[in-house]
Amino acid sequence: MESGRIKVDYLSRLEGEAALDVTIQNGQITDLQLNVFEPPRFFQSFLVGRKYYELPEITARICGICPVSYQMTALSAIERAFAVQVSEQTRKLRKLYALSQFIQSHALHIYMLAAPDFLGYESVISMASAYPEEVKRALRLKRLGNDLTALIGGREVHPVTPQIGGFSDLPSGKSLQAIAKRLTAAMEEAMDTARLIGQLAVPALAWDLTYVALSDPQEYAVNGGRLVSNKGLNIDPADYRDYLQERHISHANALHSAMENGSSFLVGPLARVNLNFAQLSSRAKEAAALTGVSFPSNNPFHSVAARAVELVHSIEEALQIIEELDEPRRENGGYIVRAGCGAAITEAPRGILSHSYCFNEQGVVLAADIVAPTSRNVHNIEEGLRLFIPQHLELPEEDLRLKCEMFIRNYDPCFSCSVHFLKLRVHSKC
Amino acid sequence: MSGLPKVAIYKFASCSGCQLEFLNLEPVLLDLLGMVDIAHFVMARSASSPGPYDIGFVEGSIVNAEDVGRLKEARAESKLLVAIGACATHGGLQSISNWLPMREVESSVYATPVQTHPLKSFPVSEYVKVDASLSGCPINKNELVEFIKSALLGVTPRIRPHSVCVECKLAENVCLLVSEGKPCMGPVIRAGCSALCPSRSTPCTGCHGPSSDCNVESLRTTFAGLGLHQSEITRHFRKYAALDAEFQKGGRT
Repeated sequence: MESGRIKVDYLSRLEGEAALDVTIQNGQITDLQLNVFEPPRFFQSFLVGRKYYELPEITARICGICPVSYQMTALSAIERAFAVQVSEQTRKLRKLYALSQFIQSHALHIYMLAAPDFLGYESVISMASAYPEEVKRALRLKRLGNDLTALIGGREVHPVTPQIGGFSDLPSGKSLQAIAKRLTAAMEEAMDTARLIGQLAVPALAWDLTYVALSDPQEYAVNGGRLVSNKGLNIDPADYRDYLQERHISHANALHSAMENGSSFLVGPLARVNLNFAQLSSRAKEAAALTGVSFPSNNPFHSVAARAVELVHSIEEALQIIEELDEPRRENGGYIVRAGCGAAITEAPRGILSHSYCFNEQGVVLAADIVAPTSRNVHNIEEGLRLFIPQHLELPEEDLRLKCEMFIRNYDPCFSCSVHFLKLRVHSKC
Repeated sequence: MSGLPKVAIYKFASCSGCQLEFLNLEPVLLDLLGMVDIAHFVMARSASSPGPYDIGFVEGSIVNAEDVGRLKEARAESKLLVAIGACATHGGLQSISNWLPMREVESSVYATPVQTHPLKSFPVSEYVKVDASLSGCPINKNELVEFIKSALLGVTPRIRPHSVCVECKLAENVCLLVSEGKPCMGPVIRAGCSALCPSRSTPCTGCHGPSSDCNVESLRTTFAGLGLHQSEITRHFRKYAALDAEFQKGGRT
């Protein structure tokens, strides 16, 4: 297609509402817009005036897919503001809790949102008759992640037990042992997932990509660590606002996240696996070999392989944590509410999630800043499409449109999360 | 898939958590797909077959003029329109900003807010007739399955108009409000969650919306007796169902 228009009015199989509009003239992209028409909910504004202890509960409602990440990030930011040190048991349980959501979210994305693209179906629903085993495996893996989240948090969507210093209720050693059996049994299914990914052909894309993730020499970083990139960034995550900028771009529909030098960057599973390959569990490294991708990779189409690697890692590390936890004990976590500010970043399934709050001496929120992973990625998605499309203009229009959709879905974008941080423009052209 | 009742799932201002609950029905999902044709579900499928639909599930609150139009179309093409989740049934958490000056709200997020055209956040019933509501933030999966089964059988689903306290007593929990002096919203909140939070030593925060005949005055007095400041009492009522007439009384400043 030398000239023409690629238009997708309502991008499917992602969380939230967005449209893509690309105009091509004589082999050049003259206009490219990822329009997010997800209606705004203004969380940042109504958080002001609420009390500190409501933040994990309220911010969880920004995203139904990754509420656990919102809770973990909010709690870390509050604990930083109040100078609360959490126990080793809480640290481990929180990691287990976050990993449970990786299992759920990655199983959802790999099988239900991404796989139909690679296997030539419009949805997992249509895939079910030709791939019954794969679909049942997906449902089992997703249920396992959900059950682990619910065991710790009370329920899978918008869980209820996380609180400052720890949890209001703890899983028993017996219930943890029971789910450990299921995790052990699921390990081979996760490896099969990596094998399945290894059979899928993905488009090539050469790109001098910048990627950003938390990193910790001691463990595969999810709830803590330093914020690093492949281009030399290495900072305390609490300082994120000094290094990662939110910019208004005149033509664009979104607040674009950029490094200090203006370049876009990728966050999420591919960034994490690229930067933290050494900290992956042994089976996860085997899984990486099964996917056929050699990490680090600069091709966002390899994100689905990175997700499979993390699925294996999450199961293996969850098993290790359960063994170390043994029988969780009730702890007395006191804290003193004080005036001040706190910021934190955790790795949500889709990438870094940052929260920053200031409180008065009663713990009332004076200011809130939340940046969702998809907001970080939108700029990178647009930049990637600008590179990708000219490399594939030989494709028929329908095929190119599908490839563009696949490219966007690689990021597992969640526009529900990101929209109150994106500048909104309702798509109005023709 | 022809012959099966057709179902549509619509999304408005929301977190996608209630529609995710459909996919979270893993153990019965394949059975469900054998009983209904999920004809429109953008989060899960690319193909969409046009209405009319036998059931239209609506997630999310209505926050702008464009969505009022989309909602009216959904109403027109759905035989049974069902509001799912606190956003759709009561306006949701985002209705908290209905009490804030709009320009201030917009400019806190957007540098040039002229393009967003927001209304305040309202439940679906503000604009169209709603045939049934499943409350909760998120909806309860058991109630969802029960509702779909009832709809397929053509019987009225069991509704739980009573308060969380009833389920909390059935669970034999120690009362957090009376015995521990914690501000629990259970007495005025609709059941259906099996007293999820109080069973985990967490006071109810009201995500299932008001129970029928809730006595907000009594709870206000009890909260004040616990030493809660007026602003704190307002925050408890001005949350998931802030727009409810009784909760507006409960949350008055």
